Amino acid sequence: MAILEIEDVHKQYLAQGQRVAALAGVSLHLEAGDFIALVGRSGCGKSTLLNLAGAMDFPTSGVVRIDGAETSHLDDAGLTELRRTKVGFIFQNFQLLPTLSVVENVELPLLLAGAARARQRSLETLEWVELGGYGMRMPHQLSGGQMQRVAIARALVSKPRLLLADEPIGNLDTTTGNIILDLMRRAADEFDTAILMATHSADSTRVTDRRVEMRDGLIV
Amino acid sequence: MIRLLQRLILRPLLADWGRTGVTLMSIALGVAVIFAMDLASEAAAGSFKTSMETVSGPDDIEILATGGVPVAVLGKLMQLPLPVKFSARIEDYAIVNGKRNVPLVGVDVYANALEVEGDAGVAVELHGIFVSESLGARGDLLSLQVNDEVREYKIIGVINAKQLTGDLVAMDLEDAEAVTGRRDRVDRVLVSLPAGEKENVEGWVERLRPELPEGATIRPVGARTEENRKMLAAFRWNLRILSYIALMVGAFLIYNTISVSVVRRRAEIGLVRAVGATKALMTWAFLSEAMFFGVIGGLLGLAAGRLLAEGAVKLVELTVQALYVSSVASPIRFDPGAAALSLAAGIGVSLVAALAPALEAGQIPPTEAMARGRIDTQLKEASGRRLWVALGMVIAAGLLSLLPPIAGKPLGGYVATLALVAAASLSAPSLIQFGARRLAGVGGVKSLLAGRSLAGALRRSSVLVAALATAIGMMTSVGIMVGSFRETMLTWLDGQIRADFYLRPAGTAAMDRHPSISDDVARRVEALPGVAAVDRFRAYSIRYHGLPVTLAAGDVRAQMRYGRTSLKSGDKDEAMRAMLAGEAVIVSEPFSEKHHVRVGDRLELPLGAARPSFRIAGIYFDYTSENGYIILDQAVLRKYLPGDEASNLAVYAEPDADRVKLRGLIEASYAPRRITVFENGALRREAIRIFDQTFAVTYALEAVAIFVAVMGVAGAMLALIIDRRREIGLLRFLGASAGQVRGIILFEAGFIGLFSQVLGVASGALLSLVLIYVINKQSFGWTIEFHLPVAAMLGALTFVFVATVIAGLYPARVAVRLNPIEVMHDE
Repeated sequence: MAILEIEDVHKQYLAQGQRVAALAGVSLHLEAGDFIALVGRSGCGKSTLLNLAGAMDFPTSGVVRIDGAETSHLDDAGLTELRRTKVGFIFQNFQLLPTLSVVENVELPLLLAGAARARQRSLETLEWVELGGYGMRMPHQLSGGQMQRVAIARALVSKPRLLLADEPIGNLDTTTGNIILDLMRRAADEFDTAILMATHSADSTRVTDRRVEMRDGLIV
Repeated sequence: MIRLLQRLILRPLLADWGRTGVTLMSIALGVAVIFAMDLASEAAAGSFKTSMETVSGPDDIEILATGGVPVAVLGKLMQLPLPVKFSARIEDYAIVNGKRNVPLVGVDVYANALEVEGDAGVAVELHGIFVSESLGARGDLLSLQVNDEVREYKIIGVINAKQLTGDLVAMDLEDAEAVTGRRDRVDRVLVSLPAGEKENVEGWVERLRPELPEGATIRPVGARTEENRKMLAAFRWNLRILSYIALMVGAFLIYNTISVSVVRRRAEIGLVRAVGATKALMTWAFLSEAMFFGVIGGLLGLAAGRLLAEGAVKLVELTVQALYVSSVASPIRFDPGAAALSLAAGIGVSLVAALAPALEAGQIPPTEAMARGRIDTQLKEASGRRLWVALGMVIAAGLLSLLPPIAGKPLGGYVATLALVAAASLSAPSLIQFGARRLAGVGGVKSLLAGRSLAGALRRSSVLVAALATAIGMMTSVGIMVGSFRETMLTWLDGQIRADFYLRPAGTAAMDRHPSISDDVARRVEALPGVAAVDRFRAYSIRYHGLPVTLAAGDVRAQMRYGRTSLKSGDKDEAMRAMLAGEAVIVSEPFSEKHHVRVGDRLELPLGAARPSFRIAGIYFDYTSENGYIILDQAVLRKYLPGDEASNLAVYAEPDADRVKLRGLIEASYAPRRITVFENGALRREAIRIFDQTFAVTYALEAVAIFVAVMGVAGAMLALIIDRRREIGLLRFLGASAGQVRGIILFEAGFIGLFSQVLGVASGALLSLVLIYVINKQSFGWTIEFHLPVAAMLGALTFVFVATVIAGLYPARVAVRLNPIEVMHDE
């Protein structure tokens, strides 16, 4: 069964009174364990597609299904629940909360979802990203690569079926970026997580199963 | 420079209109309260020179005596071959149509410079009266109650005096003598000097003094106004200090606003520095932002203050009447001096509050655009050190409290208050860090994130907590002081109010107004079956060493038998015996403090024509007058001031008398005179009512300070949320529901409220000690027993806490409505 089904999705915004089409009929399917690179120039619609795929936004037309649930049929509470249980996010700027320690950042999705054994599961996930001894540190005490590994741990701690990554290595040097890509490949292989990664990097296709190119709101 | 100001300061201020508005409002309210209280207390104090003074004419000197100047003395003066003009005055109060108290003046309508529309001669023939325009028109009938009697008078003329700002009733001297019960005495003799001698008032005072009896006082006209001002100085001074609280709270908010501006614009500042701006220029740019708040907020405050003054004057007037002197407030006048002072206070406080962040802006190197985290880390590291400084401040406050008054003002106490406020503010970062850790688990993830967010933005959250804690601290301290005062007075009343019934002429009471009950009423009450004793209490307003004081006489024998007056110093039995023997008096505690007299000292008192000397045999506790009392035995007083009228009667019933029946008999005995009878409990309630009314102005000032602080919390939280929108957006990506986001913000508001309460109550308890034992004692001389009004304090604190949480509702709504995609994309 497909983890993510995007069928003929259109997304239009109003910008200064003008309708702007961010997506113009996109279809995409991800099965469990798929690792897909979404490539294209800035403004081609990659981030919009990720937001729709993460139940953060609704399409103007078309269907988005996450693990069988059609997002347009859900209210705010339903979407929140879907994000908590099915989706993990990774961002270009890591987006760790500076006031929380490393382990607290990782356990945050579990705490928001009211999940049990949050601390233990977070420590285990930190071990998995090879940051076992870093739990009590603060984000500003970590390097960029370490911060992104914490972000991956946070995205995976609730065992999501779908991982969405928006330029995850955009702020990292090549060596560190490769480490992060390898880690994501491991997640797809070990946890059967479907991964959709928006990227500018041509190198990133080294670890992905497929490369999907976007241009002007369309998959080409 | 102008363009820099526009781009770096003005444009962001307009863009962030919510925070700008709240900050402007806090300064405006602070300035408004100062200005309003200044205008109101000036109006209340200024009223002494209104009605009665206005009709004085071109007089230069006044002659007074306790109980009045004998007419014979006036006759003797008029016989003197001097080029001066003497005129007699009777001054009292009348209740018009059973409602308001107005000054009543008896003058020689032929000789006085009273400008009236009517014919002065007609007034004498018809026993008519002249009134101010406010009281009626020519031909109207007016019912006047003087002492305990009501009579109806016809208005013969309306007084034209252009300067007459208040109500006034004038009648011919002879009519006034009859109606007020003065026997061959007038209240004032006014002396008008010839045109060439107007500059030599002091010389004429010395020239006339030997012609007067020993007990008379002679002084330049206007001295009374000065005395009244001197009498009210401590009250007005403390009121002014209290009115600065709201502006002090506003100062924290200015500091917060400018700090936020600097932090938000670090990158911009770095850039401007890189292209050539100097450190000084950056500092001035941010000081000009504070100047903007000071000037605009201050001007808005002056307008609001002028409006607020109308309400404030009523509150101040009530206090002045209850504690000091009959005062009908004069109309509020826009005083440019007071306006300038209030505006200067607003601007000054804004600039001082902004100095630290503005200097910091100047220190930002061109290459740097630091993240918030680093600054807050610095503050965290410094918070331990700040705690030690706070402890030092508390110790300094203790030492300052030991200082004696300076120039009659408790300056040490005031500085101690500031030191305690500063100590509380310096403790805020440590408390937030500690509290956020301890409370992380109480509300799950919401409290964890709220606490961490406050601890993470320590610089801002500690300023907010300090602002609210200052307002709560003041509220707590004044609450404890007033509660302690109230409790002390209740205990004192238990000992003081021992009689079964108290009688006094109907109408509102005032400290300098002592209308009397006719002797025949007192005798009839004494003769009633069931009455064991009647203590006639007679009071006069006199001046002692240039300050007003109440001289009063009671039945010492009745006091020995029934009373439980406790003396603060001196032996009660010995004091009573000495009073009966006519060689001693007892004085109230405020009198002894104000005039620095102790048991054993001697007082020379102006009694009628004489000036006898008495030993102070005891000092007793009293909470009814700040001016103070001198008490002697009624037989001794009568020796100098004959007359059996009493200002009030204390009626002691036989133990087996039926109180209800007795009250009926008493009421029947004085009809149709206008007298009010209070039963024991009712008088106690009346005393408490007046007490509560007296402190209403205090509560009003505190309420404004709390309002400013709570609004400040709302505004600052809104700014915090706008700055943290990325974090809030991220939480939604990570699975936070709208309810959870709302909960986090409300927890933050709740924590700010809670931490402020902890600091505010702790500092308020210490402040209350300074207020009770230093500022009150040195300003007013009252001994107040410390008492914690637990229920009232809990009620007030709960209200403030709820208000703080409610203040978080709007910022919470804004947080919930943020579009996570947009805010993440912005970054």
